[in-house]
Amino acid sequence: MAVVLARSHRWRVLLAHLFLVLLVAAVIFPFLMILSISLRPGNFATGSIIPESISLEHWKLALGFSTIAADGRLVQPTFPVMTWLWNSVKVAALTGLVTLLLSTTAAYAFARMKFRGKQASLTGLMLLQMFPAVLALVAIYAIFDRIGNVFPAFGINSHWALLLAYSGGIALHVWTIKGYFDTIPIEIEEAAKVDGATPWQAFRLVLLPMAVPILMVVFLLAFIGAIIEYPVASILLNEQSQLTLAVGSKLFLYAQRFLWGDFAAAAILSGLPITAVFILAQRWMIAGLTAGGLKG
Amino acid sequence: MTRKKSLAAPLLLGVALVAALYAVVLVHAAGESLLAATLLVITGVAAWVYLSPRMYAYRYLFPGIAAAAVFVVFPMLYTISIGFTNHSSRNLLTFERATQYLLDETVDVEGSALQFTLHADGTQFRVRLQDPKAQTSYVSGPLALTNAVPRQLPAEAADVPTAEPVALREVIARQAALKALTFVLPDQRKVRMSGLRQFSSVEALYERRADGTLLNRRTGDVLTPNARTGFYQTSAGTAVQPGYRVGVGFDNYRRIFTEPAFREPFARIFAWTVSFSALTVLFATALGMLLAALFSWEALRFRGAYQVLLFLPYAVPGFISILVFRGLFNNNFGEINLILDALFGIRPAWFSDPTLAKLMLLIVNVWLGYPYMMVVCMGLIRAIPPELYEASAVAGAGPLTNFFRITLPLIIRPLTPLLIAAFAFNFNNFVLISLLTGGRPDFLDTSVPAGTTDLLVSYTYRIAFEDSGQQFGLAAAISTVIFLMVAAISLVQIRFARIAREEAR
Repeated sequence: MAVVLARSHRWRVLLAHLFLVLLVAAVIFPFLMILSISLRPGNFATGSIIPESISLEHWKLALGFSTIAADGRLVQPTFPVMTWLWNSVKVAALTGLVTLLLSTTAAYAFARMKFRGKQASLTGLMLLQMFPAVLALVAIYAIFDRIGNVFPAFGINSHWALLLAYSGGIALHVWTIKGYFDTIPIEIEEAAKVDGATPWQAFRLVLLPMAVPILMVVFLLAFIGAIIEYPVASILLNEQSQLTLAVGSKLFLYAQRFLWGDFAAAAILSGLPITAVFILAQRWMIAGLTAGGLKG
Repeated sequence: MTRKKSLAAPLLLGVALVAALYAVVLVHAAGESLLAATLLVITGVAAWVYLSPRMYAYRYLFPGIAAAAVFVVFPMLYTISIGFTNHSSRNLLTFERATQYLLDETVDVEGSALQFTLHADGTQFRVRLQDPKAQTSYVSGPLALTNAVPRQLPAEAADVPTAEPVALREVIARQAALKALTFVLPDQRKVRMSGLRQFSSVEALYERRADGTLLNRRTGDVLTPNARTGFYQTSAGTAVQPGYRVGVGFDNYRRIFTEPAFREPFARIFAWTVSFSALTVLFATALGMLLAALFSWEALRFRGAYQVLLFLPYAVPGFISILVFRGLFNNNFGEINLILDALFGIRPAWFSDPTLAKLMLLIVNVWLGYPYMMVVCMGLIRAIPPELYEASAVAGAGPLTNFFRITLPLIIRPLTPLLIAAFAFNFNNFVLISLLTGGRPDFLDTSVPAGTTDLLVSYTYRIAFEDSGQQFGLAAAISTVIFLMVAAISLVQIRFARIAREEAR
């Protein structure tokens, strides 16, 4: 395409690059800063972005080892970061599985069956997810406080309570999976039914194996959603050993005890895998959805 | 295989039903009748759905819908109902519990003290009580004393010469278990632990009368339950702790909207909530759209690299980014102030100056929010037919004309529902406020904890969980008001989404 370029064009390109470079710098600045802070000794800023001396004390503390401070004292980890990470991963993995179980079966009914109230329940589910759980915190706290009076395993400070509280948030996932099921031709299942399969067998043995990509995506989305969830976890958990990362990380940065360096190491340690999973999910999501589209 | 399954499924269902019914009984026995009723209803519906062949489709729906109903819908309805009560740390118990608490209050009968010693008996213990006046002794059976379960036990008149009394610290270690015990002596006197070395006869302080009032046996005063305040009160009108939950009608709403102490902060926080959400959406969209337009410009090189780097804030978990900014903006040790100090010699007080705190929140939130807008706008711009730009190039239009005459008008319609959704999200952006400023700096002239950067959601959170009064009722009422606002925003959003869909056709 032969286009005559004005002289102002080159200036515009340069300006655009300048703007983008400045913006990238502003966006990357916090990430570089936090890396530098995690590697320099002490918990106070020294003012240089490239640390003058590299120290691994914060990383050791974040990984749960004790270190020897400059004055010879033995420094114990202030917070059990690895325990928090494990709590987060545990709750998130279980939440992912439960979400998958609940939303896949519901999506199957919505995609393949006829029943009364179908359209109404679909719309209802969509409306539900417009009201975030943070608006019902008082009630969620009261409910689990009461449940805990009878079954302490499902009360305040229990991961099972958190799992239950998260298990209700399936609305969006039901819609996603139903959308994928809709793209898979129903004829395959009907053929299976002609061969004598029950609806359950058609679902489990025919439809599910074809829907694996979307199930992965939904699992990862639910997993990430649970890992980064803060409000509900912050009211249901208050014992230090039970906290998830999202709730616990806050404890590093109190005005009276500002553990900046320790926080930086813990943040990278926990942030990197979650970010990686997110980018992975993002990629799979596009791949999974287009794969479904092609089949339809 | 099918045969085996047809047997396993009903068996599993039966076990689950029995377990659920057992749980209902347990919950009911623990006095949580509302919870028990909820469980019973769910169990009943489950049994119906899984036993009736006509309900086949609902078998697939039930688990998911039940979870959503119990853990999403029910909390919302429950929030609304709490909003009509005085539920708070002062009025925490149910009426029955508060009454029982008062009825359980006991006073020692004077002059009834029995000397108490604890004796080891194998791995267990015996309690020996000696009446100093009558010179009689009573001994209990062997007790494990491992947990504090309230029990009534007989103690017989005997003087079995058991082992020497155990040391006092052993008694102290088992105090909780001992305190739960009530011994019935042969003359039907009931005695309980009233000190480390003595047991005494006790009697209830209050006696329940037929009209629901409580008679104080010591003073002869009568306590009347007051269903308006949620307290028992003496004849002089003083409230007696503990308070209990009662319905207060629209009192909480009256307080929010008419009492100056609550109306003032509510109005200010509402205004900030709206401006915060609107400004965030405005700036994040403007930046995202500008970037999307730049990335559709083929003359620009390295677009892929820019895109990946500029997408990063979206991929990093929000709670980590927000806390990183909390540290970077720190007034004294934060790197941002170090740089500003070195360059301009200023150290802005990001966390104590209301205007700067709001500015900081907007900066951080735009940083967090623009990548989403960028990705969405890129998708929308890609859908614009290139012929339009070719035609405008022929007509000699510049990039600004292109943007404002072609790009913006074409993407704004499908974008509007997303903008409204983003507005609703930021309207309730609790995580940002809670992790970055916690609502502070606080207003100095309010009685409830309220900050200049508080959104309505974080304000309710502070009333319910950070204030010592724990005014759950008031917080729930404000939550209900927010429900209504979110519902209104959602209605607008649905309307715009429908318009966008119809235009796309």
